[in-house]
Amino acid sequence: MFASKRLSKELTKLQDKLPPGIALVKADDFREWLMDIQVMDENPIYQGQTYRLKFTFSQSYPIEAPEVVFVRDESHPIPMHPHIYSNGIICLDLLDRQGWSPVHNVESVCVSLQSMLTSNTKNERPPGDDSFVRHNTQRPRDINFVFHDNAV
Amino acid sequence: MDSDNDFNSSQASGDDFLDDQDSDLGLEDDSDFDMDQDDVGFESQDKDMGPRKQAYEVDYKVFDPQQIQASQDNQIDEVSSILGQPPEATAILLRHLRWNKERLIDRYMDNQEEVLENAGLGETAATNPPKIAKVAGFVCDICCEDDANLETFAMKCGHRFCVDCYRQYLYTKIKEEGEAARIRCPGDGCNRIVDSKSLDLLVADELRSRYHELLTRTYVDDKDNLRWCPAPNCVYAVECGVKNKDLMQIVPTVHCECSHDFCFGCSLSDHQPAPCALVKMWLKKCEDDSETANWISANTKECPKCNSTIEKNGGCNHMTCRKCRHEFCWMCMGVWSEHGTSWYNCNRFEEKSGSEARDAQAKSRLSLERYLHYYNRYANHEQSAKLDKDIYLKTEKKMQQLQNTTGMSWIEVQYLDTASQALQQCRQTLKWTYAFAYYLARNNLTEIFEDNQKDLEMAVENLSEMFEKPVDQLQGLKVDMMDKTSYCTKRRVILLNDTAENLKQGNWEFNVKFS
Repeated sequence: MFASKRLSKELTKLQDKLPPGIALVKADDFREWLMDIQVMDENPIYQGQTYRLKFTFSQSYPIEAPEVVFVRDESHPIPMHPHIYSNGIICLDLLDRQGWSPVHNVESVCVSLQSMLTSNTKNERPPGDDSFVRHNTQRPRDINFVFHDNAV
Repeated sequence: MDSDNDFNSSQASGDDFLDDQDSDLGLEDDSDFDMDQDDVGFESQDKDMGPRKQAYEVDYKVFDPQQIQASQDNQIDEVSSILGQPPEATAILLRHLRWNKERLIDRYMDNQEEVLENAGLGETAATNPPKIAKVAGFVCDICCEDDANLETFAMKCGHRFCVDCYRQYLYTKIKEEGEAARIRCPGDGCNRIVDSKSLDLLVADELRSRYHELLTRTYVDDKDNLRWCPAPNCVYAVECGVKNKDLMQIVPTVHCECSHDFCFGCSLSDHQPAPCALVKMWLKKCEDDSETANWISANTKECPKCNSTIEKNGGCNHMTCRKCRHEFCWMCMGVWSEHGTSWYNCNRFEEKSGSEARDAQAKSRLSLERYLHYYNRYANHEQSAKLDKDIYLKTEKKMQQLQNTTGMSWIEVQYLDTASQALQQCRQTLKWTYAFAYYLARNNLTEIFEDNQKDLEMAVENLSEMFEKPVDQLQGLKVDMMDKTSYCTKRRVILLNDTAENLKQGNWEFNVKFS
């Protein structure tokens, strides 16, 4: 109830107008949405690519952060970034319990991720990506990320 | 209780001073402190214990919820009068600095504004108490409602949200995330802490009591010398002066009012004589698959060229690695071409390339065997302790039967209860002696330790055996059983004293480094 009221308002706004490089792909219900993002400037790492994001909302959204991951298919790779694992899990304080504020919304999360990619110059995965991707069985919200690197 | 508490808190600044100067000195200071406490402690606390404190025992005190609340209130009142702040604000300040009174006062005197701002208090809340208001043209950033009659709330920071959203936010934080002392304003990047006055205004009674419960909990969580008893549903907290840096020298086992024995250093159940770091390492070893890896290396071989793991399940000794097509001999691990014409029959024992590979395998076999030796004994005592618990329940029945059939009085059958408890305690200790021994380097001290371990183990097995006897024989065994019980207890004390003293003096040599 709480979540759907807010999400329906967000949806109306998203359908009306979106910042450049962000597109709404699918929002059939109030549990899971798909968004596409593109990096708009000249950053060679992300040139000509479109990335797909999956938002999963709990009943208590926006009090609780949504779960946001990149998803891969034929036309959508997982972006290279030292804070993005190759299985699409994103390490960003904004999406964690501590950093989340209910004032954020789907659009602001997309914009934050866009700028996180734009400002990145390292064409690499996080350290330990291999073993994390192989062994991780937890959902993103249950992982205790340590946010030590504020530069990227 | 009160005087003790004061003693400790006034001690705190002195301790910090010592910490900075010399960590060794700090430890000595602690043991002195133990001694001083001795005479006072026994009168008030445990009359059953012997007159002399054993080397493996530490001083501690158990607090009930009222005492925790009272000592918390005392500190708040005291600091409140020094700072000239109302108790609510003082409580927030103290929680903000994790109940470090001295640091709070120091910082407050240095820069009052900054301390207040950082704690989320800003200018004095007294002049402008929080209130719920209706604001024209307001849109809630959380639910996007813009109804003109919407009730809204904002703290000093001015981040205004509708009351429903604020409530929902607080409910989630308190009920689901168990937060209390550090709930921040829902606004993005705002660090203002929701104070208890604002909270009282917004939430229902039922949530408020949970909130205050959590606040009290943070007091114990934040204080280094306090720890909750980890037993399920236990409400007591234990105070103990042993510091984290001393945990390689002391195993601070404490006994809660609820009768649970646990380690003050790590909250796990009693793991004497093994120090916390060793316990952590052992548990991790037993849990993760490092031994699976060991099994693999003991029962399979690696291709000498590309190191792929190969298990031979039949066939001849001429191996061809599926991955790199390297040909080698399974027996001697040497290159197959070196075998000349002696096909399918390896007789080349002293080939150098092979002996290295064999060494590596023998090593991992040995290490696996060694681990299993200790693990089996560790696990056996754990299992036996569980079985002893069943026996304990049966003991009660036996005691009843004894009373009925022999006409013994209640007090006369208590020896069974004592014996069963001693058994449990000894098994717990024995279990950890095996984890301890696994990491011990071979030397004379270790031999003495193993002798002590053997003596205790034999005593325990002898006593344990007596419990199997039928009820009608138990009466005749009473004296024998009491003797064996006290012998077990004595052996345990001897073992623990020996390990504790050597631990304190840093005499043990381990075969690994503990982090």
